[in-house]
Amino acid sequence: MQKFIVFDGVVMPLDRANVDTDAIIPKQFLKSIKRSGFGPNLFDEWRYLDHGEPGRDNFGRPLNPDFVLNQSRYQGAQILLARENFGCGSSREHAPWALEDYGFRAIIAPSFADIFFNNCFKNGLLPIRLDVDKVDALFKAVETNVGYKLAIDLEQQTISAPDGKVYKFEVESFRKHCLLNGLDDIGLTLQHVHEIKAHEAKHRAAQPWLFA
Amino acid sequence: MKAQTLYDKLWNAHVVRQEADGTALIYIDRHLVHEVTSPQAFEGLKLAGRRLWRTASILAVADHNVPTTGRAQGISDPIARLQVETLDSNCAEFGVNEFKMNDVRQGIVHVIGPEQGATLPGMTVVCGDSHTSTHGAFAALAFGIGTSEVEHVMATQCLLMKKSKAMQVVVEGALHKGVTAKDIALAVIGKIGTAGGTGYAIEFAGSAIRGLSMEGRMTVCNMAIEAGARAGMIAADDTTINYLKGRPFAPQGEVWDKAVAYWNTLHSDDGARFDQVIKLDAASIRPQVTWGTSPEMVVAVDGRVPDPSTMSDAVKRDAAARALQYMGLVANTPITEINIDKVFIGSCTNARIEDMRAAAAIAKGRHIAANVKLAMVVPGSGLVKRQAEQEGLDKIFIAAGFEWREPGCSMCLAMNDDRLSSGERCASTSNRNFEGRQGQGGRTHLVSPEMAAAAAIAGHFVDVSKL
Repeated sequence: MQKFIVFDGVVMPLDRANVDTDAIIPKQFLKSIKRSGFGPNLFDEWRYLDHGEPGRDNFGRPLNPDFVLNQSRYQGAQILLARENFGCGSSREHAPWALEDYGFRAIIAPSFADIFFNNCFKNGLLPIRLDVDKVDALFKAVETNVGYKLAIDLEQQTISAPDGKVYKFEVESFRKHCLLNGLDDIGLTLQHVHEIKAHEAKHRAAQPWLFA
Repeated sequence: MKAQTLYDKLWNAHVVRQEADGTALIYIDRHLVHEVTSPQAFEGLKLAGRRLWRTASILAVADHNVPTTGRAQGISDPIARLQVETLDSNCAEFGVNEFKMNDVRQGIVHVIGPEQGATLPGMTVVCGDSHTSTHGAFAALAFGIGTSEVEHVMATQCLLMKKSKAMQVVVEGALHKGVTAKDIALAVIGKIGTAGGTGYAIEFAGSAIRGLSMEGRMTVCNMAIEAGARAGMIAADDTTINYLKGRPFAPQGEVWDKAVAYWNTLHSDDGARFDQVIKLDAASIRPQVTWGTSPEMVVAVDGRVPDPSTMSDAVKRDAAARALQYMGLVANTPITEINIDKVFIGSCTNARIEDMRAAAAIAKGRHIAANVKLAMVVPGSGLVKRQAEQEGLDKIFIAAGFEWREPGCSMCLAMNDDRLSSGERCASTSNRNFEGRQGQGGRTHLVSPEMAAAAAIAGHFVDVSKL
């Protein structure tokens, strides 16, 4: 997994609440047996004017000029600014894979759906919860300033705006540690093999029917 | 000892270890696997040279991509076929128990787990699918996970997670005729919103919940994720235990008795503390119909499409206006004046035998309306299908103009060929009415099986309690 370091990136605003994982990556692309290559189909139904299918070349498909992702001022954006309950719906990890593959490194929103939030951390994507009024202020700032960038420092847990404002954010210490160091969860867990085995033996003695 | 919630009991029984910040390693008893969210996990295991920690904990089935007609010819879409074949070959390589597409036990993963007795009270149950919350109906701690976590459970039999907050949703009283578990679920979501349960595990309680069959309880827990809660659960009681007795994966003999004794402890203690308690009066719930593109956009069938201009919250107003535009609806239209094009009865929410019976009871002796282009019934598993056919339900549906299909997820998410065309309006017993969910540009209204069948007959929504 890519280590998450300090970076600054262009911010793209997606001004709607309850953006679900079906919108982030529509179901037809879930037929892939790979982890990569979802970026060109991120927000497919909002981004293109025609219907997308896996295996089809996306180059030359008609773009929806009204969708933010297609606007020149947001090209190369690495930070997605969103509204409440971002990532609701299915557990598909294809959603963070698509966001990451497109080039996003962080998402700022007032709230996220639990499973999506969790899936982000497994893929080097940082979901940041900020209060609604701060998110509102950022939406206004992005709208009025072309090329608006924010600097995110995970170590310090800060977002720095060009006007000098600094927003603090919370992140669980264990997740932060894993993200900063690009650690593999499975490798970490397997350091506790003896504890898992001990628990399993105790559990088996108490509820043998679970191991039939 | 301090009074514990059901969630406390399930959590405590599975904690392997805990970090200083509260992140815990949780032991997983049952891992359900399907074709869409597992290939990358198996690939990850292979690349790292890792093996499965406990192969017998896994039960696999293909459900999302399988066709609901012409199974003998296999899967025509080559990309979908490769995904199902990849599941088959991974299961063969790793020795995983899999119900293949033409096995009578094949079906939707959340239907077959309980049907086989592979979901038991007291278990932790995970699957790379958000509707894993369904299994909480058995007093299990069950929740959906992403593919990285699927791989993590495969390799370690554990998950890293923090304990959620506890919410209790209490539904007291008797349900009116024509009001179902689905209506309870939609009414709860309408009340607390699709993010109301975010960060919580929800326990459903109260006399109306206790009065539900296991099928109904599964419908309620299934929709917990639509309220934002990863897990929904219901205490074990005689209904739970009677359902499980004699099922293939359930314990037998002396072990059964020992298990039952333990299962009878799986309820919240008197005086247990919840972080939030929501109360609903069962008698106040009417048959529900969603009007928008989020399950929280729901009203009773005798209501009207809401008017965004009357909403004070700007974010909600914008979302409602956008939803009406997508849905092709005009504010203040009575719900019963909305005509439909298609009907879908199925999904992990409502494709169990009781759902089939309820829909058939409405369809019996009637016929779908002329404006309904397609009404399809997709049983949740091969065994549900067989049972329904033994009861003659298939004949009732076919005589009424419905199509009787093979089991799978089908038009709930439209990964296979079952989908809406742009602009088509569907009465659906599934769980999500998101934009494009049932096909790009498709318009979904979530309802109960009874309400879906009644809409098929009338050609528009009707109050099933008045039929």
